[in-house]
Amino acid sequence: MTDLATAPLRRDSLLRAALGSRNFVVGAVITLGILLLAVVSFIWTPFPFSAQDIPNKFKPPLTGSHLLGTDYLGRDMLSMIMVGARTSISVALLAVGIGALIGTPLGLWAAARRGTLLDEIIMRANDLVFAFPALLIAILITALYGPGAVNAIIAIGIFNVPVFARLARGAALSLWTREFILAARVAGKGAARISAEHILPNILNTLVVQITIQFALGILAEAALAYVGLGAQPPMTSWGKMLADSQTMVALAPHVAIVPGLTIVVTVLGVNLLGDGLRDILDPRLRRSRR
Amino acid sequence: MRTVSLVLALASALSLSVALPALAQARTDVNIGLVLEPPSLDPTAEAAAAVDEVVYANVFEGLTRFAPDASVVPALAESWEISEDGLTYTFHLHDGVKFHDGSTMDAEDVKFSLDRINAEGSLNAQKALFADIASVEVVDPLTVKVTLSKPNGAMIYNLAWGDAVIVAPETAATNGTKPVGTGPFMFGDRTEGISISLVKSPDYWGTPIALDAAKFLFIADPSAAFAALQAGDIDSFPNFPSPETVAQFESDPRFRVVIGTTQGETVLAMNNGKPPLDNIKVREAIAHAIDRDAIIDGAMFGYGTPIGSFFPPGDANYIDLTAQSAYDPELSKQLLAEAGVGPISLTLRLPPVEGYARRGGEIIAQQLEAVGISVEVINVEWAQWLSPEVFLPAPCEGAVGAEGKAPAWDGSCPATFSYDLTIVSHTEPDDIGAFARDDFYFNYHSEAFKALYAELGLTADPAKRSELLKAMQQRLADDYAAGFLFELAKIGVENVKLQGMWENAPTQATDLTGVSWTE
Repeated sequence: MTDLATAPLRRDSLLRAALGSRNFVVGAVITLGILLLAVVSFIWTPFPFSAQDIPNKFKPPLTGSHLLGTDYLGRDMLSMIMVGARTSISVALLAVGIGALIGTPLGLWAAARRGTLLDEIIMRANDLVFAFPALLIAILITALYGPGAVNAIIAIGIFNVPVFARLARGAALSLWTREFILAARVAGKGAARISAEHILPNILNTLVVQITIQFALGILAEAALAYVGLGAQPPMTSWGKMLADSQTMVALAPHVAIVPGLTIVVTVLGVNLLGDGLRDILDPRLRRSRR
Repeated sequence: MRTVSLVLALASALSLSVALPALAQARTDVNIGLVLEPPSLDPTAEAAAAVDEVVYANVFEGLTRFAPDASVVPALAESWEISEDGLTYTFHLHDGVKFHDGSTMDAEDVKFSLDRINAEGSLNAQKALFADIASVEVVDPLTVKVTLSKPNGAMIYNLAWGDAVIVAPETAATNGTKPVGTGPFMFGDRTEGISISLVKSPDYWGTPIALDAAKFLFIADPSAAFAALQAGDIDSFPNFPSPETVAQFESDPRFRVVIGTTQGETVLAMNNGKPPLDNIKVREAIAHAIDRDAIIDGAMFGYGTPIGSFFPPGDANYIDLTAQSAYDPELSKQLLAEAGVGPISLTLRLPPVEGYARRGGEIIAQQLEAVGISVEVINVEWAQWLSPEVFLPAPCEGAVGAEGKAPAWDGSCPATFSYDLTIVSHTEPDDIGAFARDDFYFNYHSEAFKALYAELGLTADPAKRSELLKAMQQRLADDYAAGFLFELAKIGVENVKLQGMWENAPTQATDLTGVSWTE
């Protein structure tokens, strides 16, 4: 869609807008930091994350080589946070992936067949899924197939489908009335091709913003599932599991709950800021009104 | 400082306003917190410890009963005589004992109850304890003669178990939902999943009790248990599930923490019949890989006493065998190499007990990994644990039950067990005999042990019994029949004004007969 001649200029202004948005910069720094933590954990952690050292349990942060202290089994909290980031991020990412990859085509399909019975069926089915609280779906799935990270991903993913379906359909509907779509139809392109070649690129901005929001929600959902014992299973760890394990020990050693709790808060905040920043940058109308 | 004194003043004003009405009249009801909910309320047909924790001594009574100090004292039987040959027991029953439905308890009810244990199709969980009873005879309404097929030195003791309580023939079938006994409390009502309430029985034959009502609330979640105590919803938690918060209660003047002993041998159960665990070298290696102190410290926050066999350290016949399976990872690795069974990977199924099972399991898994045994931890619920997944024998192959479903194991084929490892605490009193059972999930079949146990059953002489009990402990330790971990501590947290709760747990019971409120 973009005019070739103006492309470099646009990219340039995007970058400038990005660096000018405080939300985006702060969000991106936090998100990248957490991602880095997760990636580094594959090759290096200060200690093996599951190595117990019971005589040295409940050491507060900054004791010896334990930057964030140790938990109730004397495991290094920083190492656990790093490995937990892996779980949290991969669960959230895959869940959003499922939601976006299934939901978006459904929404586009419904929009292409707007007003027909098919549209109704798709969207009402989505409403049905949407009406179920995400946690309930998750508990249902884990009750049937046992707890574990994979089932958590599926549960959160299912919940994400209607979010993307609705968004895609809404955004696509307004595009279907535009002249360039009409031109494409006149040129003889079918509904599927138009959706893929003309509609999807134009709603991508909106989708990307939604992905960041759902990603943050995914991290929270994983934490909630792990908190009730339905997420990652031992020996794997996750932030929600760390929080759940430490809930009765807050009085003994507050840091065992504060560290994972704060990590979740900061991460969700960071990803949300990133999403806000992206919306500011990518939505041309918003940008114009700001000026 | 000013804020502190202000807070103190406020606190004392508050406590004053709370204390004033209490001065007028002491409370006569009590709310007890329990971790597990009983599946039914009939102790004669249900193995779960949770049944006795509600009804033992409160609703149901037997001929004899356990006292708080683990001794056995008369209950419905006021006295008894044992014949010279140890085969005939003559019980003299209390006069004027009534069931909660108003009917009189007499010798006929005793005969019915005891005959029922060994009857065809009996669901009694401890049949083995009463297998020696040959016949029960009614001499007169207040006298019962019990004849044994062979002498059994422990019979008076066995009759104190909750599994041998006296029930009435008319109500025996419905005791699971509406228990009718002779105890000081009658069944009130039950809210499934939440609570069971008991009310004082108007015509109790024994020492009058101080309480008018008692309510048992079931709270499995440690943090919820903590919160319920703090909020005053629960007056006493006899087996408090959250050792990590005990320090907070100790420093709080509203509560009293009572650390006592239990009969709870906590073990890493190994399936003795399944390769590679059928190899004694492998079991020995596992026993030496376990660091008991680390488990007690890490999982139980220091509450627990190490054990080296299946016997409570508080018992007079206890021998300390922990040295035989001392923590020695190097020896463990060496034993594994000698066993020559190649790389070992085992599953460890953990029931939903946050402390000893889940936390303890995490620690044990790590300790076994350290000697090269890979362990897959699987968290299970009690319903799964109490199924052929762990505790029950699998149904016979090819057998078809009702509606095409696989039937439960009925003894018609050899008991087979599929689990590898699990962690559980056996809180029954004097349960070392479980290792002599072929259908028990330890899957431990030792003729030597069975012979010792059989001899114990025939022996009444205390010195000889003690010798046999010690030999049995030694046998289990020699065979590394399980990973013996520690004796569970009884962590009781209660309102400081409540008195009369048991300090120790010689059996599974929450005896409220002596409980009262001060002031």
